[in-house]
Amino acid sequence: MDKIRVLLAKPGLDGHDRGIKVIAAALRDAGMEVIYTGLRQTPDKIVSAAIQEDAQFIGMSILSGAHMTLFPAVAKLLKEKGAENIHLFGGGIVPDQDAAKLEEIGVGRIFTPGATTEEIVTYIRDTARDLPEETL
Amino acid sequence: MGLLERFENGDQVALARIISRVENRRTGYQDILARLYAHAGRAQRIGLTGPPGAGKSSLVFRLGELLSASGKKVGIIAVDPTSPFTGGALLGDRIRMQDLSLDPNIFIRSMATRGSTGGLAEATRDTTMVMDAFGFDLVLIETVGVGQVELDIARACDSVVVVFVPESGDAVQAMKAGLMEIADIYCLNKADRDGAERLVLELQSVLGLRQRTNNWEYPIIQTQAINNIGIDDLWQAIKNHREFCQSDTSPEDRQKERIANDLLTIVRGKVDRRLRSVLRDSETFEKVVADILAGSTNPYSAAERLVAELSTALTS
Ligand SMILES: Nc1nc2c(ncn2[C@@H]2O[C@H](COP(=O)(O)OP(=O)(O)OP(=O)(O)O)[C@@H](O)[C@H]2O)c(=O)[nH]1
Ligand SMILES: [Mg+2]
Repeated sequence: MDKIRVLLAKPGLDGHDRGIKVIAAALRDAGMEVIYTGLRQTPDKIVSAAIQEDAQFIGMSILSGAHMTLFPAVAKLLKEKGAENIHLFGGGIVPDQDAAKLEEIGVGRIFTPGATTEEIVTYIRDTARDLPEETL
Repeated sequence: MGLLERFENGDQVALARIISRVENRRTGYQDILARLYAHAGRAQRIGLTGPPGAGKSSLVFRLGELLSASGKKVGIIAVDPTSPFTGGALLGDRIRMQDLSLDPNIFIRSMATRGSTGGLAEATRDTTMVMDAFGFDLVLIETVGVGQVELDIARACDSVVVVFVPESGDAVQAMKAGLMEIADIYCLNKADRDGAERLVLELQSVLGLRQRTNNWEYPIIQTQAINNIGIDDLWQAIKNHREFCQSDTSPEDRQKERIANDLLTIVRGKVDRRLRSVLRDSETFEKVVADILAGSTNPYSAAERLVAELSTALTS
């Protein structure tokens, strides 16, 4: 199987990236290639970067409470650009009913604070196994 | 529409997927490369290398900005090391370039070295060729100037910029790892910091000792990537170098040299992969290891014999 490539992004205005850096390091240690794009990313920049990098995953960390705008914005852009094969997941303080709504529009798991890095690694590996092999 | 048609229509999604196929050496990648080769050969390849944290990504960002503003299409490849222990990699060069992510003239791709010696140089060359075929006017390649492989990548470029900082005195004095010797252009970044003038003097004195094969005068350009200062000068130096090369050798000679270089890399890669697979499946190899362990032969004589046997296997 191809190397797993994950793009990690921190959209919105909150200025802490300690958490996402810990996850980046954990994914790297699990043998993945992690593309980190830094703070204050807009949805269009995130999607454009993920397309150029041909990442299979976009992981977004959102602690500002703006998850119900940011996740749908990214999901919509992925569709528009013909990149809906990229699996979008995330982390943040997201109530269950919001997570359910996001799932309906194609967003994967949202990890809430307290999730371990092992859980995230396992989730990505399992999901990668089920991703469709694209054809020429 | 197929991936290749989409690629030929300028679709970035297709470009990104084709790069992955080539990078992953997926079945059929050679056919893709063979087909795209006909479109390649126009892009100017510029390597930027230097010690970790010197400001290479920041400079690539500024150059990208400058070139895009003048209507040039620019492909960027940013190479970072793979951890030899886990096979994973943290690719962070985009952080400094994200403001170019929405620029339709720019395409940025991060690559991990993936551990294999030689393989990286090959995959990076292939990716450069793919970007060239896509229609970029320039391809900028950022590597950390520490290992032989990174130096090989730099050598595959038309012009190589080696980036230093005022704190690089020791590296300059030691002419570290061939880094000094592959430069066509020296760039002293972070020139806003103390010690810049002193480092220029050190560079000049070391440069006086450098072997010359032609009349190119190695420029030392001072830049401040964070303040967007000196980027025009750096670009001018790159243009000068291109003009110099064009006047110094005929286009055919340069073309020939590039083809010879590319061909050698491709052949070496193929032989190397073949060699590994033959060796791995070879009982002889296991036996020879056991024999050396038992003291009945030594690695030198055994290698001689193995190579003779392998050259038969390799051509079959
Ligand atoms: N003072 C000063 N800092 C700079 C300058 N250019 C870049 N930096 C800073 O140097 C740090 C490293 O910059 P990068 O562009 O990431 O350097 P790099 O060589 O690409 O680093 P690696 O890819 O990690 O090897 C960042 O914090 C930049 O903001 C400059 O001209 N002056
Ligand atoms: Mg960098």
